[in-house]
Amino acid sequence: MRYLPLTPADRTEMLGVIGAATIDDLFVDVPAAARKADLFDLPLHAGEMEVERELAALAAKNRPAGAGPFFCGAGAYKHHVPATVDHIIQRSEFLTSYTPYQPEIAQGTLQVLFEFQTQVAALTGLDVANASMYDGSTACAEAVMMAQRVTRRKKAVLSGGLHPHYAAVTQTIAHAEGMDITRQAVAIDAEAAVLSAIDAETACVVVQTPNVFGVVTDVSKIAEAAHAAGALLIVVTTEAVSYGLLKSPGEMGADIAVGEGQSIGVGLNYGGPYIGLFAAREKFVRQMPGRLCGQTVDADGARGFVLTLSTREQHIRREKATSNICTNSGLCALAFTIHMTLLGERGLRQLAALNHSRARELREALAAVPGVEILSPRFFNEFAIRVPGKAADVVEVLLADGVVAGVPFSRLDPKAGMDDVLLVAATETTTRDDIAAFAKALKGRAA
Amino acid sequence: MAMSNIGRPTQPQAGGAATAHASLTGARGLLQDEALIFEMDGWDKTGVDFEPPSQDASDLGDLVRTAPIGLPGLSEPEAMRHFVRLSQKNHAIDLALYPLGSCTMKHNPRLNEKMARLAGFGDLHPMSPLSTTQGALELMDRLAHWLKTLTGMPAVALSPKAGAHGELCGLLAIKAAHEAKGQGHRRLVLVPTSAHGTNPATAAFVGYDVAEIAQTPDGRVDLADLATKLSPDVAAIMVTNPNTCGLFERDIIEIANLTHAAGAYFYCDGANFNAIVGRVRPGDLGVDAMHINLHKTFSTPHGGGGPGAGPVVLSAALAPYAPTPWVVSSGEGFKLVEEAQDEAAATFGRMVAFHGQMGMFVRAYAYMLSHGTDGLRQVAEDAVLNANYIKAKLSPVMTPAFPDGPCMHEALFDDSWLEGTGVTTLDFAKAMIDEGFHPMTMYFPLVVHGAMLIEPTETESKQELDRFCHALTLLAQAAKAGDVERFTGAPYLAPMRRLDETLAARKPRLTWRPEPTTVAPAPMAAE
Repeated sequence: MRYLPLTPADRTEMLGVIGAATIDDLFVDVPAAARKADLFDLPLHAGEMEVERELAALAAKNRPAGAGPFFCGAGAYKHHVPATVDHIIQRSEFLTSYTPYQPEIAQGTLQVLFEFQTQVAALTGLDVANASMYDGSTACAEAVMMAQRVTRRKKAVLSGGLHPHYAAVTQTIAHAEGMDITRQAVAIDAEAAVLSAIDAETACVVVQTPNVFGVVTDVSKIAEAAHAAGALLIVVTTEAVSYGLLKSPGEMGADIAVGEGQSIGVGLNYGGPYIGLFAAREKFVRQMPGRLCGQTVDADGARGFVLTLSTREQHIRREKATSNICTNSGLCALAFTIHMTLLGERGLRQLAALNHSRARELREALAAVPGVEILSPRFFNEFAIRVPGKAADVVEVLLADGVVAGVPFSRLDPKAGMDDVLLVAATETTTRDDIAAFAKALKGRAA
Repeated sequence: MAMSNIGRPTQPQAGGAATAHASLTGARGLLQDEALIFEMDGWDKTGVDFEPPSQDASDLGDLVRTAPIGLPGLSEPEAMRHFVRLSQKNHAIDLALYPLGSCTMKHNPRLNEKMARLAGFGDLHPMSPLSTTQGALELMDRLAHWLKTLTGMPAVALSPKAGAHGELCGLLAIKAAHEAKGQGHRRLVLVPTSAHGTNPATAAFVGYDVAEIAQTPDGRVDLADLATKLSPDVAAIMVTNPNTCGLFERDIIEIANLTHAAGAYFYCDGANFNAIVGRVRPGDLGVDAMHINLHKTFSTPHGGGGPGAGPVVLSAALAPYAPTPWVVSSGEGFKLVEEAQDEAAATFGRMVAFHGQMGMFVRAYAYMLSHGTDGLRQVAEDAVLNANYIKAKLSPVMTPAFPDGPCMHEALFDDSWLEGTGVTTLDFAKAMIDEGFHPMTMYFPLVVHGAMLIEPTETESKQELDRFCHALTLLAQAAKAGDVERFTGAPYLAPMRRLDETLAARKPRLTWRPEPTTVAPAPMAAE
C-alpha cells in the first residue's frame, strides 16, 4: 500500500526486536469480545486512479459557483483568490506542520499568525485579535460567552438581523452554559430595535453589519446605549471584504468584533473549512478564547514569536479555561494573510469598491424587473428582494436558465414568514453579462 | 551565471573557526532575518489588479470608512518571497518523523489535496440549491457510512469542526438526553487525571462540574475509584481509549457497564482511534459518543493548527439529539434535515453555520478509499508496531513509564533516567531539534513525571525509526555523560535559539505597532 513504508520483512524483524511472536500479541489488552478478526464490510484499498475516478464522478454531480451566473451569499461569498495563495498554503512546511508549540522550529507559522492578528485588529478597528476560530458562527457564540465572563451577567440580546445560523449556534452553546438569550424578531432593518431590549442585566448586544439582509448600519448609538448599561457591544460581519469600504466595528464603539474571513483567501468549500475572526479591546485580552501569538526574544536577543497567554487555554487551565478550543483554523489564517498582503490597503479598498459597484448595478437591473421589490435600504454587496411567489420556487425555476439566483431566506429561517424574500449578492467575480442574464431570466420566468 | 571555478581553490581554508559565528545581518546562511510585512514600506502597494468600479459609494454617506486602515501590501514577487522565506523556518512532517504523542502526525497524501480542489467541491457554495449539490451530499452520506461501519455505531454527526468541538457535540447530546429523561439535575462529569485538557474544559464549557478519576499503577482507569464516584449526580464519564499513556483500557467494557448502571453516558475521546481503526469497533465497547479527529486518523493536514474536523459517532440512545443539519437520502436524492423539520424534533441545535468541514470530508474520504478496509487495519497494526519498536529500542537508555506489556500507538517515557544529569525533559526535547527532529509531546499526560510521549504513526519507515532511535540514544548517552550544555542551551542550530515565553506573557505584544522612530503609515484617501 503506497502510504505504508514497512515491508513484510521489516515487520517480522521489528516484532523480533520487540519480542512479540505476532502482531496480535501487541493487541492483547483489547478484550477478546471486541477483537475483530475479519475485515469490515467496506471496499478494499484502491489506487490513485480509482480514487480519483470516484471522487471526480461525485464532484461532477455538483454545479460549481463558477459555472455560470451566480448570486448566492448569505454568509459565504464567491471571490477570486490569487493563484499565489493556493500555491503557498500547499508548501509542505505550512501544510504539514502542527500547532506551533515548539517556536524555535515554527517561526514561519508564528510570524504569519502575528501578521494575521495585526491585520484583523486593523480591519476591525480593535486593539487585539486572536489566531482564529473555526468560523464566524462559532466566533459569535464564543464572543457571547466572553461577554458573560467580562460582565458577569447572563443576558444576551441578539439582533433580528443576525444570520439565523449564527443565532442558532449561539443559542445552542449559550443555552448549555445557562445564559438567557433574547433573539429579536427577524426584520430587514432590525438593528435599532435592540435599543429597547438593553437593561441592567444585559451582558452583551449582538448586532450584524452588513446584516443577513445586507443592510449596513452605523451602530455607534447602540454602542453608547450598551455601554451606558454596562453591557458590551459585539459586532458581527460575515463579509470580510466590507471592512475595506465601511466604518470598522471599533470605530463605531464595538468591544468585540467577530467575523467570517472566508471571503479573503479561503474559497467556498461547501461551507467549510472557513475562518473565524475574533478581535477585542485590549483590556479584555485575558478573557479572550483561542490562541494568541506574541512577540518575544530568543536566547541571542533576536526577535521571535511564540504562542502566549496560554494560561487562558484548556491544555493549561483545563476546566478553568476561557474556551475548550484547541485546533483552530491555522491554514485558513495563512491563506487570509497572504491574500490580504497581496491586496494591501489599496487593493482591499479597490476590491470593496468594486463589490459595492457591482451590487448597485445588480440592484438597478433587478429593480427594473416588474414585480420585484428591493428591500434593503443601504447595502454593501448583498441585498434582499421580494419576488412574486416563493423565493425557493423562483430559484428552482431560474436554474433552468442557468442562473443561480441567490439564497431564499426561508432556507435559513423557514419560520420567519419571509418565503418571498430572496438574498442576492454580487462580487468582483460577477460580470455585466451575469447581471443581464439574471434580470432577463427573472423577467421571463417569475414576473 | 555560475562562478567559474577553474584555477580557483574550492576546498575550505585551513584554520577557520570550527564553531558557527553570528552573521552580520541576522541571517543564518540562506535563512533570512525576515521582516514583518508592516516593516516593508508597502503602505501604498498592491499585488492584485482590478478594473475601476463604475459606481461610487455615495449612497452610503458617512457609513464609509475614511480613516486609514493600516494594511501594507506587497507586489506578487515580494509576497511570494516573504512567505516562502517564512515557510523555511518551519518543521513539517514532510521533512522528518514528527513524534508528537496524541497528535498523530502522519503523511498527508497530496491526492487528497487535489480532490478537495476539484471545482465541484472547492467552488461549491453551501447555500447553492440542493439540486446542484447532490454529489457533495452523497459524499457526506458515504463518509458517514464509513465512519459508522468502522466504529460500529448507528449514527454520526458530521458538523463539528475539530476534536474539542466534537467533545462539545457529544456532551450537548448527553445533556439533551438527560433533560429529556428528567435527569437534567445530573451536574457532574468524571474525567481521568490523564485526560486531554479539552475534556475538562469542554465539560465546564457546557456547565458541568468536573471530578477526577484516579489511575492505577499500570496506567489505567481505577475501577474501584470509578465505582465510588459514580452517583446519581454523574451525567457522563469522558475516557480516552487508547488512553493518553498509550495504553488500551483493558477494563473498558466494565467501565461502560458501571457507567450505564449508574444512569450516566460514556463519552470516549477518539483522539487515539488511529491505534485501533479496522481492528476494534468502539460500538462493541459500550461507547455512547466518540469524536473522530479526521486530521489525525484520516490524515487531513494539520496545517500549522487546523483546520481540522471532529465528526461524532453516537449510540442509539443519543442519536435523536444529534445537531442539525444531517444528510438523508430519499427517492428524490439527498437532502439536509434542518432544525425546523419534524425529523429533528429532539435535536440539541446547530453547532456551525452551514454543514461542517466539507473540504476535510473530501480529503478523509479519499484517504479511506485509498486504504480500504484492509489498508486501514494495516494502519492500526503498523502504528502500534512502530510505537512498540521505538519503546523496545529506547528502553535501554530511557525509562518507559509502563514497561510491562505492549503499548498501543505511542510510547511513553518518564524522566527518571535523567535524574542527576542536570538535564530536564524540556532541555532534552530542545536538543532533539539540533539533531533534526521535532520534540515529542512533553509533560503530558500529567500523571507521569517529566513525561515524554512519542507517537511515530504508521507512515514511518524502519530506516527513519532507526535514525530517530539512533539520535535519541546518542543524546541520552550525552546527557548521562555530563554534556549538559548541549541540552540546557539548545537549540543551537535551529532558525532561532530558545525563545523567552515568560517575557511574551508578562508584556504581551500581540500586534505590530510602529516603533516611535518609524514613520506612521501615510493616510490614504478613500477610493
